[in-house]
Amino acid sequence: MLVRDIVKTLDAEILTGEENLELDIQAGCGADLMSDVMAFVKDNVILLTGLINVQVVRTAEMMDIKVVCFVRGKQPTEQIIELAKSKGITILSTKNPMFIACGLLYKAGLTGRGVWD
Amino acid sequence: MGLSGQKVTLRYTIAAEDFISAGEASSHVKKTLNKLGIRHELIKRFTIAMYEAEINTVIHASGGEAYVEITPEKLMVKISDNGPGIPDIEKAMMEGWSTAPEHIREMGFGAGMGLPNMKRYADDLAVESEVGVGTVVTITVYLS
Ligand SMILES: Nc1ncnc2c1ncn2[C@@H]1O[C@H](COP(=O)(O)OP(=O)(O)OP(=O)(O)O)[C@@H](O)[C@H]1O
Ligand SMILES: [Mg+2]
Repeated sequence: MLVRDIVKTLDAEILTGEENLELDIQAGCGADLMSDVMAFVKDNVILLTGLINVQVVRTAEMMDIKVVCFVRGKQPTEQIIELAKSKGITILSTKNPMFIACGLLYKAGLTGRGVWD
Repeated sequence: MGLSGQKVTLRYTIAAEDFISAGEASSHVKKTLNKLGIRHELIKRFTIAMYEAEINTVIHASGGEAYVEITPEKLMVKISDNGPGIPDIEKAMMEGWSTAPEHIREMGFGAGMGLPNMKRYADDLAVESEVGVGTVVTITVYLS
């Protein structure tokens, strides 16, 4: 699923990283604890999270995750956006809560699993 | 830049209680390994494991040090701290075991998955710890 279509499906705002809109995403990972994210092995993943801090971007960086979406309309700080921009990571924000956001993407065909899922 | 038989070493100080800069050492290592042309999958495994260990020194100890050695054979990092130590390493290695307080969980850590993740991603993981003295975690990923 293209990032461009994810943005539409979630009615999300693009806060940085327009350059990744044509990336093809294979799987989604929804989590608020970063080590749970790091246990999820798969390439071309979108991370959905309700957690807002710089460690979300660090985790994405280590995991080679190129797209992060903050749920429930949470707005990241400028510092978070700047760090993401410097790492080439796209930041999205959707008003949908976690469960709904994951459900919308799953319904739209983003059904890939992690390796140990 | 390439790895032509020589050894590259890197040293970092991991600041105490500094949640914002936590992960900078792992990030710098990732950048360096990319420049050296190491395979992506190996970089990913190594830096995730290092990042977990780096975060642990920030949230469970009061910061520490990281020493990285890159040779044509392997990637190795030794992360040491003078924190409280781990009383029961076997327990600490279990998925879901965590002593992290609520304020740490609110920052996105405390799933009890860090050490299991290190084990999962490293080829070798050594955890040495003494209560009241500190902890040394050594992570190795082989290149060949
Ligand atoms: N450097 C350290 N110093 C002291 N105790 C540690 C250290 N590293 C780990 N521990 C202990 O081992 C437990 C398990 O560590 P682990 O990294 O697996 O989980 P966590 O840090 O609690 O949560 P997570 O890593 O999922 O965010 C910790 O809760 C803590 O009690
Ligand atoms: Mg941990």
